[in-house]
Amino acid sequence: MPRVGVIGIGHGRFGRRSDATVQELAFEVFRTALEDAAIERDAIDASVIAAVPEYHKQRSVAGVVQEYLNLNPRPTWLTEVACASGSAAIRTAWMAIRSGLHKVVAVIGCQKMTEMETAEILALMGRVGEVQWESVFGTTFPAYYAMFANRHMHEFGTTRDQLLAVAVKNHHYGAMNPNALFRKEITLEKAYASDPVASPFCVYDCCANADGAACLILADEEVARAHGDRVVWLDGVGAASASMSVLRRPDLVGLPSAREAARQAYEMAGVGPGDVKVADVHDCFTIAEIMAYEDLGFCAKGEGGAYIEERRSYIGGDVAVNVDGGLKAKGHPIGATGVSMAYEIVTQLRGEAGERQVPDADVGLTHNVGGIGQYTFVHLFRKE
Amino acid sequence: MFGWFGKVSFVPYTKVSDFAVHLKDGRLMGSVCADCGRFAFPPRADCPDCLSGSFEYREISGRGTVHTFSTIAAAPTGFEDMAPYTVVVVDLEEGGRLLAWAGETLDPADVKIGMPVQVVPRIFEETPEIRVYYSVEEPGATWGKAPVRGGEG
Repeated sequence: MPRVGVIGIGHGRFGRRSDATVQELAFEVFRTALEDAAIERDAIDASVIAAVPEYHKQRSVAGVVQEYLNLNPRPTWLTEVACASGSAAIRTAWMAIRSGLHKVVAVIGCQKMTEMETAEILALMGRVGEVQWESVFGTTFPAYYAMFANRHMHEFGTTRDQLLAVAVKNHHYGAMNPNALFRKEITLEKAYASDPVASPFCVYDCCANADGAACLILADEEVARAHGDRVVWLDGVGAASASMSVLRRPDLVGLPSAREAARQAYEMAGVGPGDVKVADVHDCFTIAEIMAYEDLGFCAKGEGGAYIEERRSYIGGDVAVNVDGGLKAKGHPIGATGVSMAYEIVTQLRGEAGERQVPDADVGLTHNVGGIGQYTFVHLFRKE
Repeated sequence: MFGWFGKVSFVPYTKVSDFAVHLKDGRLMGSVCADCGRFAFPPRADCPDCLSGSFEYREISGRGTVHTFSTIAAAPTGFEDMAPYTVVVVDLEEGGRLLAWAGETLDPADVKIGMPVQVVPRIFEETPEIRVYYSVEEPGATWGKAPVRGGEG
């Protein structure tokens, strides 16, 4: 089967971007990705836009982005699966290329989250769960993951120190990433001292909303091969869903959609967890990264706490995880996050990650979760 | 009637609207598929197994055990006046789960995973309109029930 390659990448600064509209953010990363790919705009056949609509005043954001990039009349469409929208866009582009419909597709994840008033954010926050039976009790995003954390601590003895060690690691690497929202190291003591959010979580267990964009240019094998040895191949795409409601999950110590998506991606790429050298996983909350180690097979279920405590997810450990700072330190512009993850893995596999380069990185993985695992996309990238 | 359910309602209409009427009468109702007998809590009108659209309500005891919980400090719109409050996921004795607040008999500090609890139908008494919910209480907690209405199971 012909392969799909990444030939260009672009990434903007994540954070409060009061200086730019969403299409202006998209423009920055699209231009960078074209320059990186050393292709002209005319080479692009189509674009897939990832964004979560309810944060934008502008409705149907794909249209305004496509026009601003001067890509009309090429086709464009939006993918939306909450925080996994970016990876859904990459999967859609992969499908479009593998089908033979398009040769070169631009994937642009772009999100402005700071346009909204606090009251609007608080109202949205109250509708993240299943609204018929759960949101009526005032559930919030942090509270759902906090309930996973409490159950994980109960079943496996996972500790608060282990949870917050994830935040300490991700801030450590975020300090080295020029695109990150938070570029400073934190200590365990500082993390503990932050305000409570939803027990057992405090502020430092949670990632932060941000504005931001990232772009990937994908191409079919023939076009990609012409780009020489900087090409990174997207060799495994896995995707799965799970119940909207926590009331209908088989367990609350992991994400069944992540386990299934990982199984598919490993099988398609012909690799296993032991082959992965570098991974970007969906650490929207500290427990989410610990569950990701387990769901992706980096360690057995229940051993995720020890995995971070023993620094096995640091560079020099088993699998370097979120060495771009993760959602925690980099910030989480929800439509852009999946594309940002792929940006980091491609950078690592090219050997262009500078002071946070993972040695001998030849296989990399992204794990992008929508909601509380209603949707998970796992992608495997390979350099050769 | 489903608009009665919850401190804030997002779902005024559903095929299981009478759930809220039963809750007002002091009854917690799951559903049973009229064709294959599959039980569900929360109730649902359409069977995920056999695809039947026929169902009947079945009252549950409300007894269960705590599956997990969290005390929410940062509350969304409509719940700010209650914070901090504790949400509890309960594994029900008859099957299924529910999510509800730790109620007046249950100190949030005492909530532990695996402990037995009693889910109790509740009415918000301070609101002019009817608003109903359920809360998670100590085992053995009691409450009043209205007489069974005619014609409704």
